Amino acid sequence: MSQKVLDALKASHASAIERTESEHGDEIAWVKRDQLLAVATWLRDDPAMAFDSPVFCTAIDRLDWRPLGVPPSQHFKDENLRFEVCYQLRSSRHRYRVRLKVTVPEHDPRCPSLASLWPAFDWQERETFDMYGIRFEGHPDLRRIFLYEEFVGYPLRKDYPKEKRQPLVRRDDLPIASKTPTSERTEIAAGDSGDEETP
Amino acid sequence: MGVELTTTRLEDAAKWAKQSKLDRATNWGRKFSLFTYPFVTACCGMEFMSVAGPKYDLARFGAEFPRFSPRQSDLLMIVGTITEKQGPALKRVYDQMTEPKWVIAFGVCASTGGFYQNYHAMPGADQVIPVDVYIPGCPPRPEQVLDAMIMLMDRIQAGRGHSQLRDKREQIIAAREAEASVDE
Ligand code: SF4
Repeated sequence: MSQKVLDALKASHASAIERTESEHGDEIAWVKRDQLLAVATWLRDDPAMAFDSPVFCTAIDRLDWRPLGVPPSQHFKDENLRFEVCYQLRSSRHRYRVRLKVTVPEHDPRCPSLASLWPAFDWQERETFDMYGIRFEGHPDLRRIFLYEEFVGYPLRKDYPKEKRQPLVRRDDLPIASKTPTSERTEIAAGDSGDEETP
Repeated sequence: MGVELTTTRLEDAAKWAKQSKLDRATNWGRKFSLFTYPFVTACCGMEFMSVAGPKYDLARFGAEFPRFSPRQSDLLMIVGTITEKQGPALKRVYDQMTEPKWVIAFGVCASTGGFYQNYHAMPGADQVIPVDVYIPGCPPRPEQVLDAMIMLMDRIQAGRGHSQLRDKREQIIAAREAEASVDE
């Protein structure tokens, strides 16, 4: 559909594009991390491209990535390829759609921020940071957006324990439970008509 | 519902008989004038609306109309998923409500976390505040909610709500302490 965009990208930024693919009508360009900002600026400002609409920004964690039908040689092994940051863009003037992907290594999860080009990516990048811990460089205000400041770790990374919760308050902290010492509470509950079982 | 009394209700009925006339009258008044504070956070809210609407009409049981200030209400309906981030807010709402107060956990999310067993969902609102009646279901049928309402009213009449029991405990402890100081 938007093969023209991929061709134009390869022609104008040959050194920045690692490879391109088309899948199910989606055109994907793998961009080198340090050139992402230049490529995106060109896509936005070139009148033949005019990508004016940011669709989404997210990341993929490829830890334990073993999809069906993919030979084992292509499974995730290299920690340098652990994260993929995806930017989906749309040009409403020319009706192009293109997805830019950047590979981000595990030990250095940095990625250039596109919030300066499309302000709508501001919160989306914050969400990606919140869930995957990707540090967007040049982002105006990179803080957690859904989770609380006290949260440790990044929950959508595949190595985050599935059921690990980080509570802010628990019943044991509360004065209701601690007003009376436990031993006395059971004694009174046994002696008195009141028992605390709930249906 | 129906004519059958569950064991709990039989026990409750036995306990009413033991109450003083004043207690019985106060609790009777309380149970027919519940002011609900709907803490609606998720999809269960739709079901809550249908219970509160004219077809099922929660108002028949004296829970006339929802108040949107915790300071004017004594029944907290936790309707929907509670996330860990909401914990402090929920506790604060509970603390601001007038005494004595009761809590209903509406739906499996509010009761146990339901199918959200992961990093963000609290495994039941009772992690943060004491809950009197749990309603299972995702979302619960309005009949279940009405049943829970009747259970709660029985419980209020019997003086067995969490906050009522806590008051009673405190009175007993205070009385014991007073006794002890007289003995000294
Ligand atoms: S119990 Fe079901 S309907 Fe109710 S809030 Fe949870 S997911 Fe939604």
